[in-house]
Amino acid sequence: MSEEIQKDFIRIRNVSKHFGDFVAVDNVDLAIGRGELFSILGASGCGKSTLLRMMAGFETPTAGTIEIDGVDVTALPPYERPVNMMFQSYAIFPHMNVEKNIAYGLRKDGVANSEIAKRVDDMLGLVQLGDFRKRIPDQLSGGQRQRVALARALIKEPKVLLLDEPLAALDKKLREQTQFELMNIQDQLGITFVVVTHDQEEAMTLSTRIAVMDKGRFLQVGDPKEIYEYPQSRFVADFVGTINIFEGSVTEASDKTITVNCPDVTAPIRALHDADIDVDVGQAVCIAVRPEKIFISHEQPEDDEGVRVRGVVDDFGYLGNLSLYRIRLENGRMIQVSRQNRRRSVKRFVEWEDEVWLSWRPRSAVVIVGDD
Amino acid sequence: MRWQRVTVAIPYLWLLVFFLLPFAIILKISLADPVIAQPPFTPTFDAQGGLSVTLDNFLFLLTDKLYAITYLNSVLMALAAMLLCLLLGFPMAYGIARAAPQTRSLLLLLIVLPFWISFLLRVYAWMGLLNNYGVINNVLMWLGLIDQPIQFMYTNFAVFIGLTYSYLPFMILPLYATLERMDLDLIEAAQDLGASRTQAFWDVTWPLARAGVIAGCLLVFIPAMGEYVIPYLLGGPESMLIGRVLFDEFFVNRDWPLASSVAIVLLLLLVVPIVFMQRNEAKLEEVE
Repeated sequence: MSEEIQKDFIRIRNVSKHFGDFVAVDNVDLAIGRGELFSILGASGCGKSTLLRMMAGFETPTAGTIEIDGVDVTALPPYERPVNMMFQSYAIFPHMNVEKNIAYGLRKDGVANSEIAKRVDDMLGLVQLGDFRKRIPDQLSGGQRQRVALARALIKEPKVLLLDEPLAALDKKLREQTQFELMNIQDQLGITFVVVTHDQEEAMTLSTRIAVMDKGRFLQVGDPKEIYEYPQSRFVADFVGTINIFEGSVTEASDKTITVNCPDVTAPIRALHDADIDVDVGQAVCIAVRPEKIFISHEQPEDDEGVRVRGVVDDFGYLGNLSLYRIRLENGRMIQVSRQNRRRSVKRFVEWEDEVWLSWRPRSAVVIVGDD
Repeated sequence: MRWQRVTVAIPYLWLLVFFLLPFAIILKISLADPVIAQPPFTPTFDAQGGLSVTLDNFLFLLTDKLYAITYLNSVLMALAAMLLCLLLGFPMAYGIARAAPQTRSLLLLLIVLPFWISFLLRVYAWMGLLNNYGVINNVLMWLGLIDQPIQFMYTNFAVFIGLTYSYLPFMILPLYATLERMDLDLIEAAQDLGASRTQAFWDVTWPLARAGVIAGCLLVFIPAMGEYVIPYLLGGPESMLIGRVLFDEFFVNRDWPLASSVAIVLLLLLVVPIVFMQRNEAKLEEVE
């Protein structure tokens, strides 16, 4: 991202929200840049929707301020904010047809009829609903309803579009297709999108950056690759994608590599760590390895830099593009491994109870310090 | 299959026995002449087997202005009570629909609770409240707001209050049913798109509550139109409503044919708004 882009287009400063004793959002601080497609990712009840509703103006923060484009909007009612929202339920007015739904925001602003007609046409074109303009919401499919909701929220050209689980109600195929449509539209209009989702795949494909949220706090904010490859906490590592986590204690530490003894894994694990992580010998750490970073082979691998362990095949599953394996180590610990099915073959790569070797490179292992 | 037919047949049978048959009898009586006999009207077929019917009773309703005025009074009174019920009932239904689920059932119970006491007793209770020496006058005098009791009883006002009080639950319940089902996101969506709270109400809540409003209005208007007990107990000589006229024609004047024609016209008057509203509903659906 180049320098002249406004980095704190949305500025959330120390925002908290309490409902009685329950702390929904706990002292959150965040800056979102202009034109970003930012996702807030978390399980249900983590406070992500509350945060979004505070940006929209449906909830007032217990503490903290929210600024949009340099203007403090914390005390503004929803109808005075330069923000529009796409609801999870889509909230399409059932008593108005597609056209009237989309025009509603402009009507409320007192825009001239000719102007409204023109902009509604543009929007209908953008979301490809031109043929459905006179339909009432009951006569639309889920995907069409989603597009009506999107068009209705975009027509006022808000500075920020808030999307609450925008794709959750669609089936898988449609969801994938719509993801790319959303990204195209965002790119075309240059409006800043803030998406709330519980679906990590959705967050990964859509976003320029992701904030992972749990118990009202942000655990990590970063681009999808950072979140996936460099999780800073056990929760993030576990929540985003699948991962094998081994607890252990540091036996050797240098600038770049550490060696960890994990009771679960028979061999000592060597791992490359970021220079900014400070670890001492004897310290308890976690080592996390993604299933696709682990190699599986029948013969003992040559590479002696990395980790090599023996196990037997406990179970496996064929997914088409890749296969998942569950490997049981001698001490009973299960390790998940995935392997791309590069070769076209109906023959199985391994059978149940086959003896196999697992190996991974030191740079593939993530070092996690701390408990959360 | 057979059971299905039986269950479908039951409501039709009910309508036949308790509505269509009595209606036919009333219609037959309304076309007869009054006589001092048992029964007090002429038979539909004379001794020779010829048809003997007359429209005299209906013509009489047209010639005597009293009836037209009474019908009009009743329509106005029922409309006024309906409007006040709507005005009071809408915020109440809205409040109940938005209350926490536990309090919601309690509030609904409170709305229905008066039905546990006989309707007649409740109207009598209003006599105790509205009396010259009743609770309301006593309180007003004690507060020093008035020094003479206000004449509430035996006025149109008392009838109006009585009708509103008695039929309010019939307004609240259907309104509650529609408001409770409404998706709250819709109101937030309207506000998000630039509508103030008031605008969001008129743009979203009100049109979506229309089915409940219509049902509630019909449920209040129809029984209020023909109400007999409330005008009889709370109203004075000025509150001549059609229910009272009907009663008097039947039991005081013993003019069954005239009373029957009064009833038939009342029924027609009630059918008109229902048909009108249904037409309106169908038309609105077409437009959208």
